[in-house]
Amino acid sequence: MSESQIIQKLTDDLKPRKFGTMGKLWVGVLIILSLTGLYSYLIQLRDGLEITALNNYVSWGIYISNFVFFVAVSLVGSLISAILRLSNAKWSIPLSRIAEIIAVSNIIMAGLIIIVDMGRPERFYYLFTYGRIQSPIVWDVIVVTTYLIISLILLFLPMLPDMAILQKRKGEFPEWQRKLYKFFSFGWIGNKQQYAIMSRTIFQLSILIIPVALAIHTVTSWLFATTLRGGWNSTNFGPYFVAGAFMVGAAAVIAVMYAARRQYQLQEYITDDIFDKMGKLLVMLSLVYLYFNINEYLTPAFKQMVGEHALLKDLFVGQFAPMFWGTQIFGMLIPIILMSFPWGRKPRLLFIISIVIIVGAWFKRYLIVIPTLFHPYLPVIEQNGVPTSIVYHPTFHEWSITMGSLAAALLIMTILFRYLPFISIWEMAEYKGVSEDHIQKASGPHPV
Amino acid sequence: MKKDNQPIVENAASRRNFLKFSIASGALAMLSQIGELPAQENGDGSGEKVRLLNSEGKLVEVDKSAIKPLTENELNTIVSENRKRARKGIEGRKWVMVIDLARCKHALNCQEACNKHHHIPGDRQWLNVYKMQNAENTAPYWMPKTCFHCDNPPCVSVCPVDATFKRDDGIVLIDNERCIGCRFCMAGCPYSTRVFNWGEPENQDAVKDQPYDPEKSLPRKKGTVEKCDFCPDMLRMGHLPHCITACPNGVFFFGDRNEDTVTNGSETYKFSKLMEDKAGYRYLEDLGTEPNVYYLPPVDRLVPFDKSDNLPPVGGHDHNHKH
Repeated sequence: MSESQIIQKLTDDLKPRKFGTMGKLWVGVLIILSLTGLYSYLIQLRDGLEITALNNYVSWGIYISNFVFFVAVSLVGSLISAILRLSNAKWSIPLSRIAEIIAVSNIIMAGLIIIVDMGRPERFYYLFTYGRIQSPIVWDVIVVTTYLIISLILLFLPMLPDMAILQKRKGEFPEWQRKLYKFFSFGWIGNKQQYAIMSRTIFQLSILIIPVALAIHTVTSWLFATTLRGGWNSTNFGPYFVAGAFMVGAAAVIAVMYAARRQYQLQEYITDDIFDKMGKLLVMLSLVYLYFNINEYLTPAFKQMVGEHALLKDLFVGQFAPMFWGTQIFGMLIPIILMSFPWGRKPRLLFIISIVIIVGAWFKRYLIVIPTLFHPYLPVIEQNGVPTSIVYHPTFHEWSITMGSLAAALLIMTILFRYLPFISIWEMAEYKGVSEDHIQKASGPHPV
Repeated sequence: MKKDNQPIVENAASRRNFLKFSIASGALAMLSQIGELPAQENGDGSGEKVRLLNSEGKLVEVDKSAIKPLTENELNTIVSENRKRARKGIEGRKWVMVIDLARCKHALNCQEACNKHHHIPGDRQWLNVYKMQNAENTAPYWMPKTCFHCDNPPCVSVCPVDATFKRDDGIVLIDNERCIGCRFCMAGCPYSTRVFNWGEPENQDAVKDQPYDPEKSLPRKKGTVEKCDFCPDMLRMGHLPHCITACPNGVFFFGDRNEDTVTNGSETYKFSKLMEDKAGYRYLEDLGTEPNVYYLPPVDRLVPFDKSDNLPPVGGHDHNHKH
């Protein structure tokens, strides 16, 4: 195959394509879930947070744990497209844009879902007009915004040559779509200078995004660790959150790449070998997270200090025990064991394991946020001589908004997958040994 | 804000409008002084009398012609003046509260007065009396708890928009026109002091049309946080907070650290001497929050703590001990 034929084939294989019936059904389900969530949110806007099960003890609930989940998943953008890119792990080239799409859609939803948790969402802009730099929330606003911007640039910048390649393919897309590609190619002509600037910028941003990514989840952990509450009052929280985020993010990439590979028959690009490598990566990240979990729970359990004791009892043998051991065993231990074997890293099983890890990770955030609030320092207030017990069972609207936000994140992802080349055409060409000249020519203004 | 201001007469629907009106000659400052105006001074009017609630919650009679509705602008000016004033605090003061646990009999008059004057809806009271027992074999006792108005307040540190703040006179107050309802302060407070207006606050008819004043914490606003405020509106008028005057057992003392004096209305002590003599302490001292509420230990109690008064034991909490 000649070099220009390779590019031709890559473009044919990787250009955005229409969904089949399953794809359309998927989009339909996501739209319904998102709209249900939106409906519940409109009711919440009218009636206030009263429609939730939140109360003066459990004042943060699944909106917040869901926010932490979104931030966690979004971290994977930096892992795959920055850390692996910088470490020259060429096998991850087909994954970098997938990871970046996951990052962008999740960080957008993190920003939106935090507004849902606010009692006065119409005052959101006060964070900018009256923001006080000493509050960890303001730190979070700053780093999340920064991360979103860098992630968007890291998604769109390496896509310039692909946009230029696609916009030349008249008749293969509806005209509006082709015009969109033309617009997003931002006048790319593919000369040496442009490639040099692009490569340098990608390199610099890849370095820059690593501290920002660590910051978003570290700062998110500080929303809890800067309080005096048992279970949150931990110096381990930053790395503990970051480790957990890398783990769930890697699982998300595996789940998404499996779905994409099936939808578009991309076995040639997202190979079994890539699954194997991602599986190994996920084992390593899970082991790191296991290590931090042991740190987080073993030392306070050993000491049984007041303030931690009742909480740990609740987690280990009390009302949260099924969820706690469920996430630890099914969300971490069993996956680690299974993925340690080569057969555990075959695509289908790895996909299932990843889904279990993602679900476990969602509940893990629930366990980090909510049980602590069941254990205030002061005893629970008695009402008319009867002690009120602390209860939190999320309401239908809370679940509906939460499910809606998860569906909306998947919907953003799905739309981006539908209309963008989610595997980089020019980087794949480079990977397959096509010379720079040819790549430049392919994305240049002249017909190929 | 509603625009259709009607002059008020003494009927059920009218009370809510009372503070939207000022006395005819009324400068804004007079608003809080309606109560002090003797009724006969307004004698040049129609002679028709109208009864109003003043800022202390007392009914007073003024001439109908002496009342005119506030314009939207005047109302906004009052609110913005209130909000500005609320941030400064009362000059030269450093408020302190002392709670004598030996005297508390769980009469709950403090809570009742607080609920009444702050129009607290439902079970969201600012002042709670906890049944405490430091260890299994130690004596149980009642512990009233207000906001501790800490000198190192974790709630203020975490607030992203300066909605809750520490004033010069030591009070930690909330500006509900600023609060975004993120509830970080509720997570930050280790004393479970703060409560939230989850929905539209109930039973607020009497106060909902007042111009907002952070020092009154009224009218309360949906989607924002509230808590015990040490009644700065009362302090400004030279009165003690409601819980102190309501307590039949003289449990609560209030005063000014600068004057080194605290009083429960009938007894007055030198604060430093009282602390020394009765071994005063602060709750959960080791959290480093520097509360401005001090406790006197429950020694030589006036009444035995009645174990049989149908109150269940402290519910499963293993850490109800003082430090």
